[in-house]
Amino acid sequence: MANELEAQVQLLEAQLKKLQKNQPKDQLSIIVFSGDLDKVLAAMIIATGARAMDMEVKMFFTFWGTAMLRDKNKSPKGKDFMSKMFGFMLPKGSTKLKLSKLNMFGMGTAMLKDLMKKKNVASLEDLIATAAEFGVEICICEMSMNLMGFKKEEMIDYPNLSYVGVGTYLSDADESKIQLFI
Amino acid sequence: MTTEELKTLKSDKVVDARSMACPGPLLAAKKAIGDVDEGQIMEILSSDEGTKSDIPKWCRKQEFEYLGSIDEDGIYRLFLKK
Repeated sequence: MANELEAQVQLLEAQLKKLQKNQPKDQLSIIVFSGDLDKVLAAMIIATGARAMDMEVKMFFTFWGTAMLRDKNKSPKGKDFMSKMFGFMLPKGSTKLKLSKLNMFGMGTAMLKDLMKKKNVASLEDLIATAAEFGVEICICEMSMNLMGFKKEEMIDYPNLSYVGVGTYLSDADESKIQLFI
Repeated sequence: MTTEELKTLKSDKVVDARSMACPGPLLAAKKAIGDVDEGQIMEILSSDEGTKSDIPKWCRKQEFEYLGSIDEDGIYRLFLKK
């Protein structure tokens, strides 16, 4: 009887340990696929807010999202013709992003930026600086970078910027309580 | 706490986030809380109505005691005990 009980307790303990191990962390993982100003703004607000709530935050920039992380003052050498063209057509950094709606050849975007200033909404550039200060982790999809023809030398200076693959995203998302795709 | 009780509270730290829009007040509160000792009272001033719901939720997550808020002509004074 006592032996049976002990065996049961051991079994329960093992199961509990397994459950605890698989428990998602207090972590938010966001895929930033879009390069639209409004969508990226939302992503950065949620990311910085989550850090204030003491959550770990991992942002994965992929596809059009990678253009936001280009530094407008950096011009890398040695790009082939197609990469140069592609790079030329895509926004060069956070200040060049456009709205997904009501862009109206840039007029809507300029109007929104003006309104944001008037209503004391932080600009995308401020939010990126805040994210860096608060320890939001930014990862860039290496494959997207290559596809778009972007080079590491043209990316913004951001603490511990890392270049990763889908496996890193999946394993981090697997451990996160919240996952978003923007 | 009632508004009257809140009015007599002495805050150990006041965070002025009056000119900030979301997520500014939350980030300002997070930054300031480090300077507050256990048991001390922090007050957050905000003109952003969303803060009124954000701060209590933040408190619950961080296990601070949310004491309540006072509305003064569109300025919200929110109190918490660390």
